[in-house]
Amino acid sequence: MNLTVRLFARAKDLAGADRLTVDLADGATVADLRRALAAACPALAGLLERSAFAVNGDFADDALSLPLRAEVALLPPVSGG
Amino acid sequence: MVRLTTEPIDYHALTEQVRRPDCGAVVTFLGTVRDLTDGRVTVALDYEAYPGMAEKMMAEIEQETRARWPVGEMVLVHRLGHMEVGEVSVAVAVSCPHRAQAFEACRHAIDRLKELVPIWKKENWADGSTEWVHPGA
Repeated sequence: MNLTVRLFARAKDLAGADRLTVDLADGATVADLRRALAAACPALAGLLERSAFAVNGDFADDALSLPLRAEVALLPPVSGG
Repeated sequence: MVRLTTEPIDYHALTEQVRRPDCGAVVTFLGTVRDLTDGRVTVALDYEAYPGMAEKMMAEIEQETRARWPVGEMVLVHRLGHMEVGEVSVAVAVSCPHRAQAFEACRHAIDRLKELVPIWKKENWADGSTEWVHPGA
């Protein structure tokens, strides 16, 4: 399945885009997505290791299987306030 | 009530909004753009959010705060976009019957906001360079 991931802050700058699309096997997990993004955009690798993911607006563990047509976002460490 | 805005935060109006006859204590926290971080001079900050999720997390923080303290009214507002030194980037206003509860509830809400809500700031340093802030590097 093709999955598009929203990017923010430094991740967006490193990728030069506010979204990245990767091709994943059906049933792939967040951990698989993390590896696929690092392969697709090596500049993101360091930040990816310490970023979280959101799936349909909720924080997602690495073990979560990605549902089809989910809205997925890469969330680098937050710094609001 | 939670809100994201690109407009200046009217913290006087927010404070008025949480006042109630049954609440004898109102605490308002303001986060403002500081001019110095680890010895480097900041001229401005730019904030961005993951909008839908940021508001959802802020609403969850309001709910968990109300579950732990007898909150009358509370408002969490975060401003997004470009802010100069001294401008207000975030405001939390809480009313409770008594002051200890109001202080604790307000402290909890701002601490959780900084920990959980998908919002990021970019430093605009005095030397003209910029840098996204991602704690824990």
